[in-house]
Amino acid sequence: MNDEVISRRLLLKRAGALGLLAGLQPLLASCASHPLLSPARPRPDISTLSGELIELVISERSFALDGQTGMAVLINGTIPGPLIRLREGQEVTLNVTNHLKEVSSIHWHGILLPSHMDGVPGVSFSGIEPGTTFTYRFPVKQSGTYWYHSHSGGQELQGMYGAMILDPIEPEPFQYDRDYVVMLSEWSEESAEVMLDNLKKFSGYYNFQKRDAREFLADAVRWGLWPALRNYAMWDEMRMDPTDFADVTASTFTYLMNGLPPAQNWIGLFRPGERVRLRFINAAAMTFFDVRIPGLTMTVVQADGQNIQPVTVEEFRFGPAETYDVIVQATEDRAYTIFAETMDRSGYARGTLAPRSGMEGEIPERRVRPLRTMEDMGMADHGNGHTGHVMKRSSMNLPGDPNDHGPMHGEDMKYAPESHGRDRSPILGSIPVKHGPDHHGTGNQTVAEYSKNRMHESGKGFEQSSRRILVYTDLKSLTPYRDQRAPEREIEIHLTGHMQRYMWSFDGKKYSDAPEPIRVRYGERVRFTFVNDTMMEHPLHLHGMWMQLENGSGAYLPRKHTVVVKPAERLSVMVSADAPGSWAFHCHLLMHMEAGMFRVVKVSA
Amino acid sequence: MRLMSQAGRVTLAVWVLSACLGTTSVLAESALGDRATGTGRSPTVAPLPERARTIANLVPQQGWPNPVNDQEHRLFTLIDVLEYRPRTGRDGNNSDYRWDIEGWYGGDYNRLWFKSEGQQDTAFKADYDVDFQLLYGRFLWKHYDIQVGGRMETQSFRNHNVTRGLGVIGIQGIVPYNYEFESSLFIDQRGAVSARLSYTKDFLLTQRLILQGRFQTNMAIQRVEEFTTGSGLNNLEFGVRLRYEIHRKFAPYIGLSLDRSFGQTATLVRQQGGDPSQLRFVVGLRAWF
Repeated sequence: MNDEVISRRLLLKRAGALGLLAGLQPLLASCASHPLLSPARPRPDISTLSGELIELVISERSFALDGQTGMAVLINGTIPGPLIRLREGQEVTLNVTNHLKEVSSIHWHGILLPSHMDGVPGVSFSGIEPGTTFTYRFPVKQSGTYWYHSHSGGQELQGMYGAMILDPIEPEPFQYDRDYVVMLSEWSEESAEVMLDNLKKFSGYYNFQKRDAREFLADAVRWGLWPALRNYAMWDEMRMDPTDFADVTASTFTYLMNGLPPAQNWIGLFRPGERVRLRFINAAAMTFFDVRIPGLTMTVVQADGQNIQPVTVEEFRFGPAETYDVIVQATEDRAYTIFAETMDRSGYARGTLAPRSGMEGEIPERRVRPLRTMEDMGMADHGNGHTGHVMKRSSMNLPGDPNDHGPMHGEDMKYAPESHGRDRSPILGSIPVKHGPDHHGTGNQTVAEYSKNRMHESGKGFEQSSRRILVYTDLKSLTPYRDQRAPEREIEIHLTGHMQRYMWSFDGKKYSDAPEPIRVRYGERVRFTFVNDTMMEHPLHLHGMWMQLENGSGAYLPRKHTVVVKPAERLSVMVSADAPGSWAFHCHLLMHMEAGMFRVVKVSA
Repeated sequence: MRLMSQAGRVTLAVWVLSACLGTTSVLAESALGDRATGTGRSPTVAPLPERARTIANLVPQQGWPNPVNDQEHRLFTLIDVLEYRPRTGRDGNNSDYRWDIEGWYGGDYNRLWFKSEGQQDTAFKADYDVDFQLLYGRFLWKHYDIQVGGRMETQSFRNHNVTRGLGVIGIQGIVPYNYEFESSLFIDQRGAVSARLSYTKDFLLTQRLILQGRFQTNMAIQRVEEFTTGSGLNNLEFGVRLRYEIHRKFAPYIGLSLDRSFGQTATLVRQQGGDPSQLRFVVGLRAWF
């Protein structure tokens, strides 16, 4: 290190003599972000970049937070990276310079753009080599709240993400006085590679909320000894853990709101009576958040950047990569806590809406960790009487068979009428569907014997709550999408995995065992039906094209870039294949993607 | 699960997806035609003029990296037992040690396994007994690995060492009720057949205080006197080890182990001056990395 200093000094001398000092400025600037310097810390001032030309620099630096120091990958020196604010209709050029020692990339999440600008190494380009600059250039064809992040290994988890706002040409269909991005994420001193290694060797590594003897005694008192024993034995018999709600938990994560840990309390100022727009972005790699602002209701106006018919809720759950824009109106002159508790209840991120800086809202009482039920395992529920109407796909195409997607002719279920006036349509899978004979091989632990649609369910963990919680069936597009064709064919994809082995895949095969793309014809209207054979929620993200969530809202199906599929759920989306090229399709839980829950969708031009 | 499938059999309804699927291709063609000629109002498939300008950034798809790292190989080592056993019984002054280590190198499906066990003066084998296995394992069905390979066993009796090689076929995995299960069939160089079976199970007293129950048994078909092995059931061992996970990967423990040999084996152990029934207190360390 001494040598380095001396040589730099020498160099400066000589450079000065030659009048080259000016040329060294960028070099010195890059030295400022050298990992050996004092670690960066979370800061509340994230810059905003806009205009036609944007420069982004990726660098590595140690980062200290809550006493944990780890290596961070930063965009322009901060976590999150700068807010990129563009206008619909403009063209943008983004020069991304990689100062890391490894290949990097930036993916513009949810943005419709040419496939070679999508930023997925190995799918859309070769990645950004160390020391080089890649130029992204694309027209901005949409508006709303989005984000961007690295698509290379674990860089995203190390801080490489930022918000992206695309302001619309047309005026917004709702009013507000203030506008804040609320970006939720995690920080750990452990790298993603270490986490995946731990999980592969012991999948319960981060779960410190398993059922133990104390809980058994409490359950025995509550339910009686025999029922408690039977329940515990049943989960053991299946070799499943009913407390499995997050693979990586607060035991290693600190949860962040706009880059700040709970102790540093991000603050958004408001004057009583003002309407405040909060753009919630789940930029976490592994965490589902349940978001609420005690004392206020939230009117959801956008989902994944797309306008929806306003719906007022008290709480919403969202998975990694999803976004919701809400409008709140606080009339009292007091602090309100924005509380984002993790789905497994192991931790939370928080911030405050306050009339004055320095104020702090009350932290709500923490809720107990939920438990999975038989329903999450895809055993049809006895109570609802559904079992009498179970459909069998016997003679139809085998689920999960990628070669058999021929159209299926039903008899009386009319679907997706052309008339735009209708705002109702049947939800596929509302009657449980029996799983086919293919159990997806060794790498898949269980199958949902009966899968059904669960979009009207808020999910586990809200049992004790009477709050109004957002569900997928609440989402109705503000305007009908231009393409109202019925799908030409259906592609059924099973979400599979093995928790104990920590293997994650589609149709029982990880990406490297099934690298062949899912082929779609340009211009085709295709239905993807996702069947979740696992006991975990998976946020599925399709790059480059909208997924229209078939949630029963007729011509007003909401458009999403990321769709959460619950355990044992059967959920369908429609896609207009209007973007030629190769597109990534994957689970947005970083570890699941890295384990192989990934495919390429190829739209032939 | 089984219950529900029976209930499901009651009704066999036809899967009706969409009646109008047959008519959609015509619609699709016309919509596409609109776009292609540019007469439609649809901006979704606008031409991509920027492609020509940025194409220089693209390189041929060969040589592109894998988008995900799902083929990583890992090295796993579990030191399940590494313990000191003070002698408590009569005529005992020699405390001793025991270990049981196993691990693998490989990916999700194919792994190279290594296992080593060693102990001194047990109810089963008098004096030293050291055992090493090297196996190829394949993740075969849902919860089980099948393993094939070799084993080397060394025993010592009062300055006299005996060693033999054995072939191994094993199944290892997790059986219902969450028991870690390991079974092996051995054939030694002279054709003597023996088998070993073990189960362990963790009971969580708290999130970090964990009681491990352990059961192990050895059996043999032929009598191999040199290795203190009688024909039939050789021994049964029950152990409980209470560990505290200071860290997930590092847990000291204390425990009790009851080990008893039977029949011919017990006789042989007695002849060697061993004790065919022992209750031992243990203190040790469990770790993995």
